[in-house]
Amino acid sequence: MNQWEVVIGIETHAQLATVSKIFSGASIAFGAEPNTQACAVDLALPGVLPVLNRKAVECAIRFGLAIGAQVAPKSIFARKNYFYPDLPKGYQISQFELPVVQGGAITVQVGSGDKAYEKTVNLTRAHLEEDAGKSLHEDFQGKSGIDLNRAGTPLLEIVTEPDMRSSDEAVAYARALHALVRWIGICDGNMQEGSFRCDANVSVRRPGAPFGTRREIKNLNSFRFLKEAIDFEVQWQINEIEEGRTIQQATVLFDPDTGETRMMRSKEDAHDYRYFPDPDLLPLVISADWVERVRGELPELPAQKRQRFVEQLGLSAYDATTLTASQEIADFYESTVAVAGQLAAKPCANWVMVDLAARLNKDGLDIAQSPVSPQQLGGLVLRIVDNTISNNIAKKVFEALWSGDGATADEIIEKQGLKQITDSGAIESLVDEVLAANAANVAEYRAGKEKAFNALVGQVMKAAKGKANPQQVNELLKKKLAG
Amino acid sequence: MSLTLEQVRRIAHLARIEVSESEAQTTQAHLNGIFQLIEQMQAVDTAGVEPMAHAQDLSQRLRDDVVSEPDRRTAYQSVAPETEAGLYLVPKVIE
Repeated sequence: MNQWEVVIGIETHAQLATVSKIFSGASIAFGAEPNTQACAVDLALPGVLPVLNRKAVECAIRFGLAIGAQVAPKSIFARKNYFYPDLPKGYQISQFELPVVQGGAITVQVGSGDKAYEKTVNLTRAHLEEDAGKSLHEDFQGKSGIDLNRAGTPLLEIVTEPDMRSSDEAVAYARALHALVRWIGICDGNMQEGSFRCDANVSVRRPGAPFGTRREIKNLNSFRFLKEAIDFEVQWQINEIEEGRTIQQATVLFDPDTGETRMMRSKEDAHDYRYFPDPDLLPLVISADWVERVRGELPELPAQKRQRFVEQLGLSAYDATTLTASQEIADFYESTVAVAGQLAAKPCANWVMVDLAARLNKDGLDIAQSPVSPQQLGGLVLRIVDNTISNNIAKKVFEALWSGDGATADEIIEKQGLKQITDSGAIESLVDEVLAANAANVAEYRAGKEKAFNALVGQVMKAAKGKANPQQVNELLKKKLAG
Repeated sequence: MSLTLEQVRRIAHLARIEVSESEAQTTQAHLNGIFQLIEQMQAVDTAGVEPMAHAQDLSQRLRDDVVSEPDRRTAYQSVAPETEAGLYLVPKVIE
């Protein structure tokens, strides 16, 4: 793989969080009986005209501002012409030459731990368009059934530059975009219901060479499929080229059952869409006042929050990025810090990112479903930083909070007698007992075996049932062994 | 600029209009006539003039995001050629 460079661009269709369609007053509620939410405009009955939904435009403005893009003062709707039964007009209303959002960028964190790095993905554009209906090819006496409830659902199509160089980068971008559209409230992000779907344009080339021919993988509705589809496609393209064949531009589908991509039967003339400005729609004009009003209503964005976590709370860039991966995680973390105090920002970060995350993962839960509330976790961290309990005991208390054995960390510590022993007299007598009973270890340590020291620490902690302050134990042991 | 007969057939196919050989030739003549008109118009100097996206110099009116259309499936489907289980039936199409 070393001699090949992977080039990926992503197009995402995000369904906008409106209650009605982009050009008609029909509902877009999910799961309705077929065609009960398809009105005369959606059916393209003669004489109907589209009227643009203000909320859909506002969603586009929010997105443009959130990614630092230019919100076009004037943009244009165009007809994308093709014939398919789930598109009754014979064209999709989209934007072509002048999209509503132009440019912008999203910076994402790729990988984790020491190998993590930042990547900026530039966006080409984002434009408003309508969704098509659904075709059902099950048997209706040899015919296809058409449900037009989805026809006219507002979409924002978000297009990147071909900036990504691996499936990991593609997934990191898709996740960050998914978090962002939910964060700013323009899309519910429900991938099962098709509210957030990705198409990946994939090609390979020798480093420094011009772009190779790309194939487009359509309709990937999970991050796992996005990664698997790209990995398969890349390997397929490399094999083709290495075996002397050339790549033909094509649209492919990913089959999750086989893990393979396969070419869709290419529709003849499929790419000759003959775009032209839709005479039924006038140019969309967005005033500077409108843009400024929307800017004033935006929440603190992930990037801003990340910066604040680094500057005010002293977190590392990696921690700050992880804790702003979604609004839910960021809210949980901030509520935890609110209880434990800013000075405990770092231990709070560790508890949310490591211990809590692992426990949630084990039970397959989302952070919003955590049995341990941020207030409970904050109360626990408070007792670690004020030395009431050690980190090890804290894990026990956390587990007790998780299973509902107490309402607060304080209650559990009290009830189970977990309070750390910090009285140096008490620790000293434990140390003395252990030294007396483990003469062999003492001799080994004095003979230069560092390991023997750890064994002695372990013995003291065991005698203290884990409750002795570890630092004090270390210090006292060292002192006694030296003396 | 003018269109070849092949281009005329392709445009007709894209628009799903069936044209006979003689219709294709008539259409070619008509369309090329339009191109001649366009060529005349292109003689006008439009440098510095912003292209209009619409014949009217107005901007798009917007509507509030409210559901205003009730379910009228029964009425719409009463004039459809064929329906089943609430679906409109069409000749089979498979990607």
